[in-house]
Parts: sequence; structure tokens; C-alpha cells
Amino acid sequence: MIEARDLWVRFGPVAAVRSLSLRVESGGWTALIGPNGAGKTSALRALAGLVEYEGDVTVEGRDARALGRRALAQLVAFVPQKPETPPELTVAEYVLLGRTPHIPYFGGEGRRDREAAARALRRLELEGFADRPLGSLSGGELQRTVLARALAQEAPVLLLDEPTTSLDLGRQQLALELVDALRADGLAVVTTLHDLTLAGQYADRLVLLDRGTVAAKGAADEVLSAANVAVHYGANVRVLEADGSVFVLPVRDR
Amino acid sequence: MAATAGEAGAAPRVEARGVGLRAGLAVTGFLLVALLVSLAVGPVGIGIGAIVRSGLSYVPLLHVHQPLGWPDRAILWQVRAPRVALGALVGGMLAVAGASYQGVFRNPLCDPYLLGVAGGAGLGATLAIVYGSATAAGSWLVPVAAFAGAIAAVLVTYALGRSAGAARTTGALVLAGVTMATFTAAVQTFVQQQHTQQLQNVYAWLLGGFATSTWRDVAICAPYVAASSLVLVLHRRVLDVLSLGDDEATSLGVNVARARLAIVAAATLGTAAAVSVSGLIAFVGIIVPHTVRLLVSTSYRAVIPLSLAAGAGFLVLTDVAARTILSPAELPIGVVTAFLGAPFFALVLRSSRR
Repeated sequence: MIEARDLWVRFGPVAAVRSLSLRVESGGWTALIGPNGAGKTSALRALAGLVEYEGDVTVEGRDARALGRRALAQLVAFVPQKPETPPELTVAEYVLLGRTPHIPYFGGEGRRDREAAARALRRLELEGFADRPLGSLSGGELQRTVLARALAQEAPVLLLDEPTTSLDLGRQQLALELVDALRADGLAVVTTLHDLTLAGQYADRLVLLDRGTVAAKGAADEVLSAANVAVHYGANVRVLEADGSVFVLPVRDR
Repeated sequence: MAATAGEAGAAPRVEARGVGLRAGLAVTGFLLVALLVSLAVGPVGIGIGAIVRSGLSYVPLLHVHQPLGWPDRAILWQVRAPRVALGALVGGMLAVAGASYQGVFRNPLCDPYLLGVAGGAGLGATLAIVYGSATAAGSWLVPVAAFAGAIAAVLVTYALGRSAGAARTTGALVLAGVTMATFTAAVQTFVQQQHTQQLQNVYAWLLGGFATSTWRDVAICAPYVAASSLVLVLHRRVLDVLSLGDDEATSLGVNVARARLAIVAAATLGTAAAVSVSGLIAFVGIIVPHTVRLLVSTSYRAVIPLSLAAGAGFLVLTDVAARTILSPAELPIGVVTAFLGAPFFALVLRSSRR
């Protein structure tokens, strides 16, 4: 469980996030959406403890600020939009680095760490890739490897910044299905997502940010109205509802 | 879906490559051969068998007979051995410091002189030689001044880099290092030009070498090298975590600023101690770690310990070349390492242009 109350992120005089509150239970998935520069990534980085913030973040009922870095890392896994993936590192070595919060500062991996990494590899069907260097992987395989590293961290909260960037449509669906499976295992998931239709289909709750402020939040059919998208994205769209899903389709003016 | 597949699938082999038996043995062998060759080569020929037995005769309880008579024994243990030991300490230190700098700054072209160690040491040594009326050879003042100059330069660099704001520390630190190196080089050149009669002494020190090494130099340098290398070897896994970038290392629970400070401080202190007794020896910090990366692994778990041993062997062998190529005259060792290092550096430059 992760909860933010009245969260503000400031860069000098500019407030990138203004009074964001959200709560994601174990098994829940909240997507932060909004136009470019709305503060999605800043909000996510604040939840991960990577930027200074005002307000409160609690993880599993504990004040995130009072937890040390290591203790926080045992509870919150974070994957940036463009993770650094040293090309010569093997998949197994990379996933093992996810165990860092559980390993003493000057220590090395033990049996439990290797087992946890092996479980993460199996969970993401990467068994055959353990010895492959990261540089030899395709975009989809790399995305799964990065997820495996976050999973090996065995944190109950998973934060993903744009997990579908630079994947084709099929790989996007695959990546989101994997995240959905991890959520079903009991993780609390927060992602930023720029594809509104996908955000509506996978997340159970959307938070629409615009210029740092929460413009709307709730289920997909409440947040993804043509009016909301027009006002906050400056986009001309048609919103269709079918099969219990919401589809946001761009429309060209003629 | 994945859960059922996972139960049936064989457990993947999950291990991080470390030094590895083969590379470990190869580098240890290289170092031993380098040490023996360096002890054996010189105007007075001493056989390797005699060297080994002479060494063992100092070990109590072994009862090995000392095979060498007076002049040979003195040449071996009072002239060559300190020189070889110092070469090994300095080479290992420069290589492991270079590898650490490359890891911390995530830049394959960093060397241990990045933050102004070389410029500061050069200025300190020049001032000692010019105003302390010491010669480059044999004075205790030169290493102390070089060490003080190196540490002072890096402290100024660090303060300068920090003043740019914590968020931009890495880039600012590198720029501050460049600024500091340029500034100290300017002052050093000015002082040197004012005292041209000392030019040769200053120049000889700057190019580096072990011609006058004694056990005292070894004793000055060894504690720093030992402590620094220990800290760096202990950080080898942390360096792998840092290779993921600041954000990810932080989200994995590493205090990046503190880890970087510890690694940079250890590498700098060791480098300053090495430079103060050897002068400026270029390129070792780049050639050796990159050779390890090309031949063994890019993981710092391999790069750090192997660079330490390979750097020691490399500089010891380079020193053999420096004192034999133009024998009885000596080439400055900095010339030899740079002559080998420049083409290698160009190669690294090409292959890192991804």
C-alpha cells in the first residue's frame, strides 16, 4: 500500500506537483495521466523518494521520509522511463542488482538472493535469457528484464514511469499484461502512461494531472471524457465506450 | 501464465561473474612473472632461481641457504627490490583508481588525474624543487610537497564542484577538475619558467620514474595504497550498482552521494600517495582497466581486483623497458607508458563511440 497526502514537488519557484493525494492498495493499479509537463514523472519520483517533496508519503503504513534509503528500497521498486542497461551485463547479473536493498553494503549475493532473482526470471519467462548480455536483447525482452529486476527487489509497491515507451503496440499490451499479472500477485502499482486508452483498460484508477494539479480522478469512464481531454490536452477526440472499455480516438478537424 | 511455466521450467543459473578462476590465475601469474623478470634484469645478471632461493632464505623455519654473496645480495634487495615493489604499488594503485573513477563518473575515458591530482602534485613538487632547493632525486621534501599539492588541488576541485549544486555534482565536479588542472598547470609553468636552471629537475620529476626508489619510498606509499585499494575492492559491487545511474542506484537503496564520496576519496588519496613518490605516470589508469574489460568482463567485481594486480605487473614490466631500452641511460617511465598508452587510448576511444 502506498499513500500520498497533499504532495507538493517544487523546482525552485515552480511547483511541478500541487497537492496530489492518492492511495493505492495491494492489488491496485493507479495510472497518472496528463499532457506533457503535467508533473506525472515528478509525482512518481516523489513517491519513489527520488526528489524532495512536501506533504506525506506512507508506504505500508510507515512514513517514507522516516525510513532510510535501504528500508524504503525494500518496500518500493522504481523503474525509470529510460532505464540504464549496461550492454555487457548479463540478464542474470542485472536482475541480481535488484537484490541490492537486501544485501549488506560491502556484501555479496547469497543463496536467497539468487533464488529471488531466479523466481523473478521465471515469473517473466526469462529463464532462457539468464546468460544473455543486455545489449543483445530486443526492446520487448529488455522491458521484461527491467521488470524482472524490479520484481527481484521483492517490494510490495511497484512504480513504473511510462513502461510502454518505445515498444510497438503488441509489446505494449504484453508489457501491461505482465504488470497486470504482478498486480494480481498483490503488488500495489503506480504508473505514468501517456496512452489514454491503454491507461483506461489496465489501471483501475486514473489520476489526470494538468500543470501539477489533479484535474480529475476516478475510474476510466469518469476521467476520460471528451471534455476533459479537450480541456487538458488541447486535443480533439471522440470517446467511445464498448465492451466495458473506454476508447479515446483522435479526430482531425476539417 | 508465467506461474505455471515457472513451476515446470528448470531453475535458471543465476550468478554474477566475478574474477573467475582462469582470469585470476592468469593475472596472478602475470604479476609473478613481471616481478621476477624485473628483479632479474639489470647490468648485473642474477638468475631467477637464485632470486627465489635468496628470498626464501629470509623466511624463518625454511632453512634455505642464502645463495648470493655480498654485492649481488645488496643489488637485489637494496637497489632492485624497492624499485620493483614501488612500481607494483604505484601501478596497481593508478590502475585501480582509474577503474574506480571510470565507474563513479560512468565515463570510460576518466583517469585518476581527473580531479586535479596531477596538476596539484606537479605544482607542489615544482615549488619544492625550485624554492626548497631540493633536487628531484632523493629529497623527502618533494614527495611531501607533491602529496600536499595533490590533496589541496582535489579539495578545491571538490568545493568548486559542490558549489554548483548537489543535483549537478558529477558534471560540475569534472568541469571543476578541468579548471583546476588548467590553473595549476599555468602556475606550475610560470614558476618553472622563472627558474630555468631547475628545469631539468622539474621535468624529470614530472615525467615520473623509479630510478632512485628506496624502501623509504615504499614505506611512505604502501599504507595509503593498501587502505585505498581495500576500500575500492570492498566497493566493487556498489560500483556495478552505480553503473545503473544515480536514480536507479538510489531507488535500490544506495546513498549515491556518500558512495561516490567514499570511492573518490579513496582513489584520490591513493593516487596522491602514488604520484608523490613516482611523479606523473600517464595512461596506466586507462590502459589497464580497459584491457581487463576487453579481455575478461566489464563488471567491476572483475575490473577492480584484476586492475589492481594487472596494473602492478604492467608498471613493473614497463619499468624494465624504461631502464633497459637505452641502457645504461634510463627512459622516463612516463614516456614509455604514454608511448604504449596513446595508441591504446585511441583504440578505446573508437570502440566506446557507440
